[in-house]
Amino acid sequence: MFAQFVLALREAGVPASITEYLTLLGAMRAGVADYSVEDFYYLSRAALVKDERHLDRFDRVFGQVFRGLEAAAEGGDGGIAPRDLPEEWLRRMAEKHLTPEERAQVEARGGFDKLMETLRQRLAEQQGRHQGGSKWIGTAGTSPFGAYGYNPEGVRIGQDKSRHRRAVKVWDKREFRDLDDGVELGTRNIKLALRRLRRFAREGAATELDMAGTIRATAHNAGSLDLKMVPERHNAVKVLLFFDVGGSMDDHVRASEELFSAARSEFKHLAFFYFHNCPYERVWRQNQRRRDAMIPTEEVIRTYGPDYRAIFVGDATMSPYEIATPGGSVEHWNDEPGATWMARLLGQWRRSAWLNPAPRDEWGFTQSVGMVRQLMEDRMYPLTPGGLDEMIRELSR
Amino acid sequence: MSGFKSTERYIASRDLEVAVNAAVALQRPLLVKGEPGTGKTVLAHEVAAALGHPLLEWHVKSTTKAQQGLYEYDAVSRLRDSQLGDPKVADIANYIVRGKLWDAFEADRPQVVLIDEIDKADIEFPNDLLLELDRMQFFVYETRQTITAKHRPVVIITSNNEKELPDAFLRRCFFHYIRFPDRPTMERIVDAHYPGLQRDLAREALTVFFQVRDVPGLKKKPATSELLDWLKLLMIEDLPAEALRSQDAKLVIPPLHGALLKNEQDVHLFERLAFLNRRGG
Repeated sequence: MFAQFVLALREAGVPASITEYLTLLGAMRAGVADYSVEDFYYLSRAALVKDERHLDRFDRVFGQVFRGLEAAAEGGDGGIAPRDLPEEWLRRMAEKHLTPEERAQVEARGGFDKLMETLRQRLAEQQGRHQGGSKWIGTAGTSPFGAYGYNPEGVRIGQDKSRHRRAVKVWDKREFRDLDDGVELGTRNIKLALRRLRRFAREGAATELDMAGTIRATAHNAGSLDLKMVPERHNAVKVLLFFDVGGSMDDHVRASEELFSAARSEFKHLAFFYFHNCPYERVWRQNQRRRDAMIPTEEVIRTYGPDYRAIFVGDATMSPYEIATPGGSVEHWNDEPGATWMARLLGQWRRSAWLNPAPRDEWGFTQSVGMVRQLMEDRMYPLTPGGLDEMIRELSR
Repeated sequence: MSGFKSTERYIASRDLEVAVNAAVALQRPLLVKGEPGTGKTVLAHEVAAALGHPLLEWHVKSTTKAQQGLYEYDAVSRLRDSQLGDPKVADIANYIVRGKLWDAFEADRPQVVLIDEIDKADIEFPNDLLLELDRMQFFVYETRQTITAKHRPVVIITSNNEKELPDAFLRRCFFHYIRFPDRPTMERIVDAHYPGLQRDLAREALTVFFQVRDVPGLKKKPATSELLDWLKLLMIEDLPAEALRSQDAKLVIPPLHGALLKNEQDVHLFERLAFLNRRGG
């Protein structure tokens, strides 16, 4: 029944499965949605979307697939006023039955009357097939609502009638836009490589019975029980990510975002910051608000202890002055050169690395890449699965 | 159909009602996410009250194992008892400790089970509960018995998004994301909790509250529960509405801010902004 909808969702990147589709149908049969479009929207959302990042995509697809449905539903109980009906219908007919050539003709002649005349003719011809009250909306489903307001002469479809559009508003508002991460989870390669960094370490309170230790201690006590406990294993790797954004990095945004999505699901302790070209005295967390939500780099250094591993992602392609001299930044006046700030960051996080999305054999062509490599004590790796492996071997020492 | 609806104490949006009723009708778990303090845990209490079922709460911590919700075999007591020559030792069933899910499965009437903050546990935790939540049954290896639910409980799971949950687990749940309430909803919530509150005080307080939430860079934005705490303090202190209004033009630290801002850095941020505002104005 709604297979089309589920397929459209999958195409848009919402990972809905057959199980979930069946669940939705089961809930429909159980009468949860009560024949209201809005309830159906809520129900299908609860059944098919399992991550708030996908809610916005869901809203968009829902709007597309069920455009026009709300008119049918409202018509069912409230009823469309009789005098509205022919007018509405005519308008929709305009979209459905005029060929592009005809539409061009209408535009060329600028004759709205002519258009209505044509429509009336069509209407007369079509009466036999399209008579039944609300049915025509159902059959129209796909196209007539789709192309809004094609004709500049004013035969606009579906844009004026606010009364009929109450239901569609809910998903047209697109309230979950902020939650969309924008990128699909990155390549499996990146995830697998990062997983290696997720080393298990024992620390914290003693919570697990140490079987071998207990047996040894009990034997030592000549058979009377002596329990030994060990701390439980848990993921103790903490990671700081610094992303270069803007300028020459625009070409590499996709690869970087993939890395970011992959990293996000792999680490319990992960913080990320943005910088431009080279880190200076301030970084930011939200790229859209970089002007008003700056964070002093000092504060970052104070906040995250030396047990974090710092990973910089950037192409390190810039003017040498941006690294070496005060006031070299392209964005603002920096009192201290980038190299000083890099040294401070590396002093705080001994285990650190620089990932470069540019291929390794291009590094030699840019002076600044060499300078950054020197600052990083050669811990610069290409953003490839192989490069990630190298980096992780270095970081997990 | 009858079912879960907003009550005088708990204001549920229509989408939440649909999600809860779907989960109840199809007997699937309902996964609830949302900002901390938007009423995820309270929801389970309200659902239990609405359906008239008892509530079993299972609060998950970082050390919680999925097995603990089913049962635990207390090997250590048994070992100790054997050394002391206790006759109980012969029957292993004496050392099986029941977990929350076992209690829910064996109960004579349907139960509401709350699995609170599932994301706090190990990554494998949800995977270990897949079959148990799907079929509502599990096998006790030590005593060779299968425990099957007499009545499938209504399972409500909350998550704060600290970890991603596995796909296979998500497939089996209904999902609802509690959005932060808009102003009209917030007014209804405030009204539900403090019906006697002066109208103008409530209005001013909400204005200040949404202002605070809009400050960029806050580590922890105040949520519904913080607002309710703060209003309670305002009422106890008997502050007049003017005390809040005086700051309309400029942002200053609201009185009794301790209830709203839970983070030292956030308070500092606020002080800095207030200082800049004073200088600028």
